[in-house]
Amino acid sequence: MSDSNYTVSRASPAAKGAAVAGAVILIVLILAPWWAGRADMRLMGELFLYLALASLWNLMAGYAGLVSVGQQAYVGFGGYMLFALTIFGGLHPVVAIAGAAVLGALISVPVAALIFRLRGAYFAIGTWVIAEVFRLSFAQISALGGGSGSSLPVDIVRSLSSSRSGREALSYWMALGAAVLVIAAVYLFLRSRRGLALTAIRDNELAAGSLGIDIWKTKFVVYVVTSALTAMLGALIFLQKLRISPDAAFSVNDWTAFVIFIVVIGGIGTIEGPIIGTLIFFALRETLADLGTTYLIVLGVVAIVVMLKAPKGVWGYVRERYQIQVFPLRYRVKTDSRN
Amino acid sequence: MPSILQLDGLGKAFGAVTVADNLSYELEEGEALGIIGPNGAGKTTMFNLITGTLSPDSGAIRFQGEDVTKHSAARRCRAGIARSFQVPQPFSGMTVFENAMVAATQAAGMSGHEAERHCIEVLDQTALLEKANVVAGSLTLLDRKRLEMTRSLCARPKLLLLDEIAGGLTDSECVSLIQTIKDVHASGVSIIWIEHVVHALLAVVNRLIVIDFGRKIAEGDPKTIMASPEVQEIYLGIEVDA
Repeated sequence: MSDSNYTVSRASPAAKGAAVAGAVILIVLILAPWWAGRADMRLMGELFLYLALASLWNLMAGYAGLVSVGQQAYVGFGGYMLFALTIFGGLHPVVAIAGAAVLGALISVPVAALIFRLRGAYFAIGTWVIAEVFRLSFAQISALGGGSGSSLPVDIVRSLSSSRSGREALSYWMALGAAVLVIAAVYLFLRSRRGLALTAIRDNELAAGSLGIDIWKTKFVVYVVTSALTAMLGALIFLQKLRISPDAAFSVNDWTAFVIFIVVIGGIGTIEGPIIGTLIFFALRETLADLGTTYLIVLGVVAIVVMLKAPKGVWGYVRERYQIQVFPLRYRVKTDSRN
Repeated sequence: MPSILQLDGLGKAFGAVTVADNLSYELEEGEALGIIGPNGAGKTTMFNLITGTLSPDSGAIRFQGEDVTKHSAARRCRAGIARSFQVPQPFSGMTVFENAMVAATQAAGMSGHEAERHCIEVLDQTALLEKANVVAGSLTLLDRKRLEMTRSLCARPKLLLLDEIAGGLTDSECVSLIQTIKDVHASGVSIIWIEHVVHALLAVVNRLIVIDFGRKIAEGDPKTIMASPEVQEIYLGIEVDA
């Protein structure tokens, strides 16, 4: 048969090189508590959490087409669950983080049933409304400080580690671990059979439905998994902050606007995009931090310029120009050289 | 022969425009049926009703004896109904091979090497194998039509719905398309084919249905149908002198 000379492969030399480089970088990052200062570790921890948030938003908006501007609902929910489960439930903070993820998944099911009735812009506004409902609801709970919020009790903070440097190292590793977990989960999901279905939905819903893909179910699974992991990240974020209030927990600026900026600048609908975007965002933030509100104006200008000059983001531009991919999702059909 | 598809009094209207009007027919297993009719007659709408992209206002659709009127498009596809779109609907950001893999894994339920083998075989058959790694969004219209055909074959259908797949082909391309469709038909797949390129259609189908204003206006042996004055007048716009 003529087609017996063809083989299908998913790896590429660039991806193999990137995997080795990625492993080396990961080891260096794991060892950070022995080479980095306290401020640098805090900054890197925050960067990892933003990277994870951005990767999740990208999976949801860039692949499943669910453009949510209300992910702060789950960040805040996760943060409050950390406080509730440790203070009232007496759980260890690490267990409470896992608990926040489970509860985040549970609460996202009725939310999805409600907002999945909405399409496009209406869906986006619906998610924002839901997040506001979450904020107002948590402001009513006086046991968690009501509108002014509360701090994590000292004995719970100490239960992580008795020394301050021990806590900082642990908090750093958890942030790094969360980012690795999220990116690995997104990568493995997209490589799977369901991931192929999701990529098809990204490109053409009409054709996807006509080729046997259950669009509602696929989007629902993505939404619930994204929400669970976002709640987990929320718990981690507020374990670092040690203090929570409704305004900080459900901030649309901090947990959604910056995240959208990262994904759009880096390249929506690619795994690499959020990584590049996070690096650009933190580079801008750290160099412009002294400028006050001018910093936000610069961010806005950068976003507009990138959208005009490279609508698919920095990585989208690089990928089209040089035909490379760091995460090997593609199928490549090769002709065998024997014939 | 048992019937594979049964349309029973299908009706559909968009406001005052009726696009399917009490439409009924049966397709036997292994049959190849041709559909002709003027533009806007409701041919593609009929495909949308059969595949579940649209739901009918009235009537029922049975596939392999089962009432599928309420089933989603995805479910009907997994049951064995595949279609090609008249206006190609590629997954633009994915390669040709990945487009084929979507059909093989999601519609036909294949996985791993079995799915890859199947896709390569079909791509070879539809003359797209050389372009397997090309991103679908950059294909020419002709190749997009080939991709429609490829995807619907990768879905391993029992019933294949082809919507104006021959338009715009050169003579030699048309000959090879006819051969491909004949091969698919010979392997036991039932076919409904909407086509304006009548000579291509007549080379394949055993029966012809003429549709106008969402109604079935003639049905039967292709040669007889094409020769009937009614069809010549309505479909070909030829005035028949009395």
